[in-house]
Amino acid sequence: MIHSPYIRKPASVQSVMLAVLLALLPGVTAYVMQVAAVVVVNLLIATVTALVAEALILTLRKRPIAPALSDLSAVVTAWLVVLCFPPILPWWVTVLGVLIAIVAVKHLYGGLGQNPFNPAMVAYCAMIVAFPSLMSQWPPAGQIDFQTQLDLVLGGARQLDAITGATALDAMRTGLRTSGASVDSVLQQSGTFGAVGGRGWEWLALGYLAGGLFMLARRIITWHMPVAFIATLAVVSGIFWLAEPARFAPPLFHLASGGAMLAAFFIVTDPVSGATTPRGKLIFAAGVAVIAYLIRVFGAFPEGIAFAVLLMNLCVPLIDMKTQPAVFGHRGSRP
Amino acid sequence: MIARLFNFHGGIKPDSHKNASAAPPIAAAPLPPRLTIPLRQSVRSVARCLVAPGQRVLKGERIGAGEGPLGTDVHASTSGTVVGLAPCAMAHASSLDTLAVVIEPDGKDEWIERRAFDHRAVPREAALRYLSACGIVGMGGAGFPTHIKLGNGRGIETLIINGAECEPWITCDDRLMRERAAEILSGAAILHELIGARRTLVGIEDNKPEAIRAMREAAAGFPGLVDIVAIPTRYPAGGEKQLIRVLTGIEIAHGKLGTEFGVQCFNVGTAQAVHRAIHHGEPLVSRVVTLTGNVRRPGNYEVLVGTPVETLLALAAPKPDTDRYLMGGPMMGITISDLSVPIGKTSNCIIAASAALFPPPPPELPCIRCGACARACPADLQPFELYWFSRAKNVGKAQEYHLFDCIECGSCAFVCPSHIPLVDYFRFSKSEIWARERELKASDQARERFEFRNYRQEREKEEKAAKLAAKAAETRAKLSGSATPTDAATGDDPKKALIAAALARARQQVAVEPRNTDTPHAGVPGASPGIASRREQPDLHDSDATS
Ligand code: SF4
Ligand code: SF4
Repeated sequence: MIHSPYIRKPASVQSVMLAVLLALLPGVTAYVMQVAAVVVVNLLIATVTALVAEALILTLRKRPIAPALSDLSAVVTAWLVVLCFPPILPWWVTVLGVLIAIVAVKHLYGGLGQNPFNPAMVAYCAMIVAFPSLMSQWPPAGQIDFQTQLDLVLGGARQLDAITGATALDAMRTGLRTSGASVDSVLQQSGTFGAVGGRGWEWLALGYLAGGLFMLARRIITWHMPVAFIATLAVVSGIFWLAEPARFAPPLFHLASGGAMLAAFFIVTDPVSGATTPRGKLIFAAGVAVIAYLIRVFGAFPEGIAFAVLLMNLCVPLIDMKTQPAVFGHRGSRP
Repeated sequence: MIARLFNFHGGIKPDSHKNASAAPPIAAAPLPPRLTIPLRQSVRSVARCLVAPGQRVLKGERIGAGEGPLGTDVHASTSGTVVGLAPCAMAHASSLDTLAVVIEPDGKDEWIERRAFDHRAVPREAALRYLSACGIVGMGGAGFPTHIKLGNGRGIETLIINGAECEPWITCDDRLMRERAAEILSGAAILHELIGARRTLVGIEDNKPEAIRAMREAAAGFPGLVDIVAIPTRYPAGGEKQLIRVLTGIEIAHGKLGTEFGVQCFNVGTAQAVHRAIHHGEPLVSRVVTLTGNVRRPGNYEVLVGTPVETLLALAAPKPDTDRYLMGGPMMGITISDLSVPIGKTSNCIIAASAALFPPPPPELPCIRCGACARACPADLQPFELYWFSRAKNVGKAQEYHLFDCIECGSCAFVCPSHIPLVDYFRFSKSEIWARERELKASDQARERFEFRNYRQEREKEEKAAKLAAKAAETRAKLSGSATPTDAATGDDPKKALIAAALARARQQVAVEPRNTDTPHAGVPGASPGIASRREQPDLHDSDATS
């Protein structure tokens, strides 16, 4: 027998995931227009891989396939994998990354809602460890034509140095570390940089920001994670920058470069592997920002968000346990 | 005027569906061919039957006497003949069975002699007794006896009259406020005096502008008595604790009573019933019931207590695709499994349900920890955590995460994108815990009985030995021939001393091993410290259950 409540809001996992995909569109559009149109091909490859992998593994686990495929969560995972990978990767790296995310991270832990780690971030970390050079080939914005991009993705010959440049984060790192130049001179030297971050890539950051605001308005995410992430990244980078402006890049640079905006709205906000209580969310996102900054500036990898997220994923049970909100009537509050 | 309204966390805004049934005025439901008036008043009290089959009764005549402090009297709701005593099902989530008095109405609807009661002319206690004798109970929720809620007449700052009616579809309080505002306020004035409140507030959700207007107009006739406060429409604003929070900012934890915080809350229907009892001498024998849902003629009816639901349905003309009926609202109501159940003093609404109107929930998906449920929960719980623990049958942990603070309002399940029937899980866990506690209690009692028997046998043995020894001493004394006049007294003394010593020993034993508390814990896997502490505080536990 069905028990109360007898009415439900017309909400579903599918509609939530659809909203996330919609929210990614401004960023994807900026990607296509400004950086590399081939990302659309990658998204397609990843989507198909994710759906096939999900269907296969559900068959193996003897679970119904239709509801799981139609909930679109696998598609969201696939898209996030693509958007944090370089766009000119050979197709099989994308496939591998998606397989890791869907099979190893999501289903080996029990399927939707069970994975303690962020699938896209595990895929990124695994791939950057396995294929460090491939995973560092970022095309300079708008300088490679679509045909070349497509060839690269579909397995054409790779003349690496000729076509790939460094990301803004990379260029900044190398500039500061190896040549000992100041932030200003690095920024002026190279064509990699735009107004605040990587040339062209800045637009992606704006696109993700727009999508994030859309999700906030639709209440798909709460403000806690993005605000805590952005504010912490700004404050931490701001402190270093104020202390030594020649050696440390300004906050705006950090916010507009790399995956900061994608992370702020789409990665740290992953509900399954993140903290859930309001205070827990603040702590989680702030933790990711601090660790990511430290890895960016002092670590061995140019972009540290993925590792930061996984580290914080480990802390989630503890964070949630320690930040349980006070229950109605137990606050001891009297007006 | 009150300075500001407070907010409660969470809540939802389901479609209200109130307009259709709120439009027509309250009409009297026709006399049913039979009335089934349950003697059970609440989970905890059953009235003693005062009538025999064949007896003629008048409307308002006492047919059941309330037993115990929580008891209230039961009355015939129309004149007629008692045709029998029969077990009847009750529309209650626990589907308790009870004995009911079956009355065949004579069609005259003839009242007993009604006399107004001057509550000012008698001591307060007498007035409370009178309300209990009129069968006045809370008509908005659990049917808690009003005379108990009125407390000792001290320490209540704020009296709240609940006209929020936050559940979708239900409009009985709305109509009552529109049509009988003066009676409600007159009842509120009586409650105000009896409880000794400093101020009285009436909370009404702002989606009932007519009711608010009618109440404000009527309030002009009671200068300085009440504030009619429009509160934002958000389910469950009409939950007693939520309404208290909205109007006063006070949060009353689970297991606590409003009186401890200087605030008490009564439903508008209850206030009106108090007015009818005091000023017209009428016991509570009818109430307004909303008939709505998948029907052609939604509306509100004045229904006699004891009217079987099935005899009411025709009034609303249910549509052919109606597949079941709900009692109460769609958020917290129950499915009526047997349509012969009678309308009780708390039955506020009957909803005809169809698959189109209340579609079965889509298949349950795994929890994605999106937190929507936590954002909707008015008790500030983390429903998904409770869900994980309940699913894992880890009820101890669920209790630690405040399972018992869940008011089962259904907001979490309403918003869950994975369509998880969260409240079902919580109800299940709660019943598991109750079952365990009952087991513990039973084993405690068994052990106590056993220990007492041992102790008694010991004592008897020792007393026997003492008697023997005393006798022997006596005989020895007699034989030696040195008996004195005080012989009888001394002969008694050693006996008493020995008994006292034996008792003291036994007491000491009991003190050293008060209860063998370890055994039941080992026997019940997963018994949490929460359960243990509840066991040791039976009083606390009692107040939990009554709230
Ligand atoms: S709303 Fe449903 S899916 Fe979301 S966290 Fe709560 S239980 Fe899980
Ligand atoms: S049913 Fe319980 S857990 Fe769910 S929203 Fe209501 S109080 Fe919170």
